[in-house]
Amino acid sequence: MARPATTYSRGLPALALATVAALAAALALVFFYAPLDADQGFVQKIFYIHVPLAIVSLCGFVLGGIFGIWQLRTGERKWDMRSYVAIHMSLIFGIAALIAGSIWAKASWGHWWEWSDPTLVSFLIVLLLFATYQPLRFSIEEPERQARYASVFAIVAGAFVPMNFVVVRLSQGFVHPRVLTLTGGRLPGSMQLTFAVSLIAIALLFTTLWKFELSAKNTRMQLRAARRALLGDDAVRPLGRSAAPS
Amino acid sequence: MRSVLAILRKDLLLELRTFETLPAMVLFSIVTFVIFHFALNRGSLAGQLAAGILTATLLFAAMLAINRLFVAEREQGGFDAFLLAPVDRSVLLLAKAAALFVFLVVLEVFALPAFALLLLGPSLARSLGGLVVLLALTDVALAVIGTLVSAIAVQTRARDLIGPIIALPLLIPALIALARGASPLLSGHGRTFPQGHWLAILGLYDLVFALLAYAVFDFLLED
Repeated sequence: MARPATTYSRGLPALALATVAALAAALALVFFYAPLDADQGFVQKIFYIHVPLAIVSLCGFVLGGIFGIWQLRTGERKWDMRSYVAIHMSLIFGIAALIAGSIWAKASWGHWWEWSDPTLVSFLIVLLLFATYQPLRFSIEEPERQARYASVFAIVAGAFVPMNFVVVRLSQGFVHPRVLTLTGGRLPGSMQLTFAVSLIAIALLFTTLWKFELSAKNTRMQLRAARRALLGDDAVRPLGRSAAPS
Repeated sequence: MRSVLAILRKDLLLELRTFETLPAMVLFSIVTFVIFHFALNRGSLAGQLAAGILTATLLFAAMLAINRLFVAEREQGGFDAFLLAPVDRSVLLLAKAAALFVFLVVLEVFALPAFALLLLGPSLARSLGGLVVLLALTDVALAVIGTLVSAIAVQTRARDLIGPIIALPLLIPALIALARGASPLLSGHGRTFPQGHWLAILGLYDLVFALLAYAVFDFLLED
């Protein structure tokens, strides 16, 4: 059997370095290169953090669903673990995006929360749905069933993400024009470049953290297996109640 | 198809003989209308407010049925018996969703007149047809998503908690369509039929989740 721990940690240092470089470049561009917004001034720069965080976390949720499909097709636990870590990371990124968005909303619209922005509302609904992923895992004890049910949830919720955005957008009755299209269609070139670099940096950060957590979890599992083999079953305490694959 | 009807018949017969879930749902909805009357301190409602209260009440009454949908199967070994039977597993999804749909229709047969009597200001007579179409499409969404979530939640330790917290966010788009589509119908002088795009959203939502539930349901029964 190949040592699976190495597959996750392979390339991790290089990836981490690339992430640091990309983040530094993104921040440098945000603060020194991108022009100040004519209306909103300095506070608009939070857009370069907020929007990439939101996009990456939504992609992570959908990715969790895709890994879930593979878990159901192959029945291999590694896909469940990838799906779990992707959703777990996306939740953290999503909450960060929501907080950043709230700050931006307070500064530019005067309110911490704005119901008339469909993207914001859709994002909240998606986050509320995925927040139930861990409670669901927590309350299933049998590992094999936990993996299967979590994957089913990840697939259904992953498919829900785009549908939810369409419906919430329609519910606003087309009266609110989009200020910032996701492709940055109406942004000046320098802002587009900064945005693209920020997006890449945040995506790299997500990948690094995802790989790091996978590698850490894998190592811990191997360590437990090794201890069990060497010292006997009694030497290894059972894991406390945990939502993580074990 | 015959096995779908057999399971559906079993569920309806069980309900007819025990009268466990449906009376509770109807009572729950009527009590909720009374609570809304006091909470809002209003004698009669119209428009968006009426649509919202109808939506929320029907949703929470539906949650009662969703929570109980698979409990008998789980506690009395119905899942094992079903897995032993030489039938396709999606039969169970179809039968349970149909049973839930019937429950919801019966609930609405009682809850809608009660709502019109207790809270609704304008008469329903003109727009009843449109409302029935809207409610039927919403019931399909509630039935499909309810069955799927119930099948997931029934195997968890805290099923009464897990079911609602997963079902509510999943149902939000359908509930948006119901509440917004029903609003002009309940205003008394507006449209008599919901706007087309709400019906289209509900239809699309029903279709996508029916296909999705069909695709993943088998994995919830494996053992």
